[in-house]
Amino acid sequence: MVRTCNDFQQVQPQFKFGVLALQGAFQEHIHMLQNISQVSSAIPIRKAEQLETIDALIIPGGESTTMALIAERSGLMEPLRKFVRDEKPTWGTCAGMILLANEANKVKKGGQDLIGGLNITVNRNQFGSQIDSFESLLHINHITTSSDDLFPAIFIRAPIISSINSSNVEVLARLEHDIGETDASSIVAVRQGSLLGTAFHPELTNDDRIHKYFVQLTQDHYNTGKGRNE
Amino acid sequence: MSFSIPANLASKESYSTKVSQNGITSQATFTVKTGLAQNLKGGVIMDVVNAEQARIAEEAGACAVMALERVPADIRIQGGVARMSDPKMIKEIKEAVTIPVMAKVRIGHFVEAQILESIGIDYIDESEVLTPADEENHINKHNYKVPFVCGAKNLGEALRRINEGAAMIRTKGEAGTGNVVEAVRHMRTITREIRKASLMSEEELFSYAKELQAPYNLLKETAKLRRLPVVNFSAGGLATPADAAMMMQLGCDGVFVGSGIFKSGDPAKRAKAIVQAVTHFDDPKILAEVSEDLGDAMVGINIDTLSDDQLLSKRGW
Repeated sequence: MVRTCNDFQQVQPQFKFGVLALQGAFQEHIHMLQNISQVSSAIPIRKAEQLETIDALIIPGGESTTMALIAERSGLMEPLRKFVRDEKPTWGTCAGMILLANEANKVKKGGQDLIGGLNITVNRNQFGSQIDSFESLLHINHITTSSDDLFPAIFIRAPIISSINSSNVEVLARLEHDIGETDASSIVAVRQGSLLGTAFHPELTNDDRIHKYFVQLTQDHYNTGKGRNE
Repeated sequence: MSFSIPANLASKESYSTKVSQNGITSQATFTVKTGLAQNLKGGVIMDVVNAEQARIAEEAGACAVMALERVPADIRIQGGVARMSDPKMIKEIKEAVTIPVMAKVRIGHFVEAQILESIGIDYIDESEVLTPADEENHINKHNYKVPFVCGAKNLGEALRRINEGAAMIRTKGEAGTGNVVEAVRHMRTITREIRKASLMSEEELFSYAKELQAPYNLLKETAKLRRLPVVNFSAGGLATPADAAMMMQLGCDGVFVGSGIFKSGDPAKRAKAIVQAVTHFDDPKILAEVSEDLGDAMVGINIDTLSDDQLLSKRGW
């Protein structure tokens, strides 16, 4: 990064990140964010008032039913919806992507609460039980440039995106190989404005390219004139 | 099969995950096995004996259920040989919920493990709560596609289990007692031994490995990481939201609650309260709220009234 000599902007912009910490692999995201230079802080989010202090949010992997129930009981569901509605950058990984989706299939009996925002439909637990979990190298738009630098994607009882319900949603990655009965063309990563969804777990690897991409999205989002937390 | 530290479990690690670089999809790698455990963190895994209890657990916010025929408290009362559950019952539980389903096999019973793997269980607990099938050997857990969690009372035991292929550890505690004292002892023991190891020179670590009867390489990784090199839950005797929060403050990654929920007066309410307590483990105000009016806790047993052969935590080697 090149720093400008401008008197009014001597340091690069710094952003406060939050990771929803109700249940799941939130600490892994925090550890990754802490090593990225534009991140001034990365904090666990367990309360509504903490949401007001951050510029961007990651909703981690874990159990989406568990997270939704705890969010509801902790008075976080509406504040989370508002955060997304206010177009603040938000990224969901695995269970987090399910929560960000407007619609989810194969949910528990009695249905499941979602945060919503991403105009997609997801199939929960697409591949079967844990023994069907897998890792695979993927091409990802904006992230990988050639077949030499594919992204190591780890799918743990993962969902897929079964349909895209708006032209604003950009497909970032597909499976590339048939996995069991799931077709190679199945969509596993999307972007809609400043919302990001990945069916896999970049936080379970040491490859921080998608984290850096999300930080860049956050930076671009606030540079286009939308207010941020000081 | 070599051991690689799960990525980002601790900060400031310099390990690289070994994702297959040939573009071909691979299953059942250690990364995939430890990955599920990483996703269970900050959650409560509840013992259930039928589909109805599994649904109560799921609605309460359990991040997984442990399917078993009798909860440890009943195994204590009824006695006899405790074995793997009926696969039919496990399948019914799998049908009833969308969260991961775990089940227990006897220590060393590698065929019970093959059976559970074949019906698509998500995690196997090689557990001292069941009657051991082998008094010398644990299962070679590298041979399975399904991941294993194992109990441990101290660092040596934990590292021996990881060396055999366990992708997750739980401190043993004393199951079926409703008494948290052993869970605390085991968690504090492991923490103390890790702290000690982290201050040692390499020469000292060789000798400490011998003392703990732990594989040297795993001990060295642990010392560098300053925590167990896989996810570590607490188990055995937790009965209240306060118990669960205390174990979280002592540094575990999540909790198993067995008899404590369905042996209490109001299981649904207690289950919810323990889930909230694990998320908000460091917020006494929330802990006070969720601890209110939970009805009767399980009665509980004082550990010192148990004879040596009644102590489940002594099983496993």
